[in-house]
Amino acid sequence: MNDHKITKTYEQINEKIARGEAVVVTAEEIIGIAKEHGIVEAASQVDVVTTGTFAPMCSSGAFINIGQSKPLVRTSKTWFNNVPAYSGIAAVDCYLGATQPCDDDPLNKRHPGEFNYGGGHVIQDLVAGKTVEIRAESYGTDCYPNRRIEKTMTLKELPNAMLVNPRNAYQNYNCAVNRSDRIKYTYMGTLKPGMGNANYSTSGALSPLFNDPYLKTIGLGTRIFLGGAQGYVTWTGTQHKSAVDRGLNGVPLGPAGTLSVIGDLKQMSPDWLVGQSIRGYGCSLSVGLGIPIPILNEEILKYTAVSDEEIFTQIVDYGYDYPEGVSRSYGQVSYAELKSGTIMVKGQQISTHPLSSMVKARKIAELLKSAIRRSKFLLGQPQHLFVQQ
Amino acid sequence: MYAKIVILKFPPEVAQKALVCQLVKKYDLLFNILSAKISSRKEGVMVMEISSTSRAGFKKGIAFLKEQGVRVSSPEHQIFKDEEICTHCGACTAVCPTQALYIQRPGMEVLFDKEKCSVCEMCIVTCPTRAMGLFTKKTNALV
Ligand code: SF4
Ligand code: SF4
Repeated sequence: MNDHKITKTYEQINEKIARGEAVVVTAEEIIGIAKEHGIVEAASQVDVVTTGTFAPMCSSGAFINIGQSKPLVRTSKTWFNNVPAYSGIAAVDCYLGATQPCDDDPLNKRHPGEFNYGGGHVIQDLVAGKTVEIRAESYGTDCYPNRRIEKTMTLKELPNAMLVNPRNAYQNYNCAVNRSDRIKYTYMGTLKPGMGNANYSTSGALSPLFNDPYLKTIGLGTRIFLGGAQGYVTWTGTQHKSAVDRGLNGVPLGPAGTLSVIGDLKQMSPDWLVGQSIRGYGCSLSVGLGIPIPILNEEILKYTAVSDEEIFTQIVDYGYDYPEGVSRSYGQVSYAELKSGTIMVKGQQISTHPLSSMVKARKIAELLKSAIRRSKFLLGQPQHLFVQQ
Repeated sequence: MYAKIVILKFPPEVAQKALVCQLVKKYDLLFNILSAKISSRKEGVMVMEISSTSRAGFKKGIAFLKEQGVRVSSPEHQIFKDEEICTHCGACTAVCPTQALYIQRPGMEVLFDKEKCSVCEMCIVTCPTRAMGLFTKKTNALV
């Protein structure tokens, strides 16, 4: 079934990690190692390659249990610092979404809106240990007679809080330009008219799903770095697509795979969960996420050795095309070109701007590397893979 | 929070106090009076810091003052980047017209060169993390 020269199991790698002997490098470092030693030799030497990404991930949020009151309440509406949370679950559970603005936000009434405070900001305030004002309403029942509660609480005092993000770690994303003659305020940042700038948002060679393009090692139960703590992959994310156009190295040429992830909010940190105010678009949450890729064989190593020159994305117009649902590419560019600062589109030189932090992505890959080396982080063997092997 | 120091000059016929109170009531602004005096021409001069939860709210309040005949000017301002908060995402570099905010390659850190800044304030509302701010030089020397 497999004709790999090198084979390692999760157990073997975990035993090495537990003994403090695992060889761990980042997804940037592995590129040079593979070039120098070849993929087979590199695969025999290296046990784990760490990845990282830090960017606004709008499909994020937290399930929070606010604790009971006397008399008892079954909340039907809940607010945190005036940001509403979905309460159609029982009894004092709710889901606070990252993009939910606070109730008195003027939104885009005066365009472009500022969106100064929303769900993502509440989540950051909670992990920073700040006190939040909680207000909830109910219609009252025989078993839960209370109709209105108000209290202030910190994350520590909340009975439970878990970060549950239905779509994170997008495998590739569009490079956005604006071909219209008016400035556009989008989730891809501010786009000046006449292709005045090009914005992109992935960490390229460090990005988790570029390093395992077919998700051969990432599945249900994969342990990850999430928001500063250890979290888990629970499933593919919403909008996940695997039947997409790919380069010869297997890397998708446009938006493709996504992950849904979970973790204990109480262990997370405001350095890695940062509330975002995206002008004219809305609130969001920047999430720090990193995945360790186990080097099970030289094929996996080859995937992790991918460089910015070999990863491509499409240039998409957010002036007319994207809002109208027209899918059209104005060209294909590599992340090496995007990171260089300028690209050429239809004969025009355009400056490129990231929305995803390379500085933080690199830090995540380094933190993960050092945690694994010090036996503080063991690999989670997937209980289910999303690909048909 | 958006806060800015402004110099307000009230013509003699305008009652200072009532106007300032309206800023609080109608426009939900907070203010901190740094200095106030009446000039020889019976003109009131007030330096105060006005703060608002949004830049839009701030602008509305200033527009109201101007409608009432108040002359509004600003002292010299400078932009700063809060390095504790900045995530080095790069979003601000797309709007900065002078490249005062720029990316240092290959590390991809976002740096701020104060010398190149034109104080256009574009970065303040564009930075999704709100790491860019405004502060005022030599406030005491104003009046
Ligand atoms: S947009 Fe804000 S957080 Fe991002 S690099 Fe600029 S100053 Fe830093
Ligand atoms: S105020 Fe204007 S010129 Fe100065 S850093 Fe911000 S965007 Fe650039």
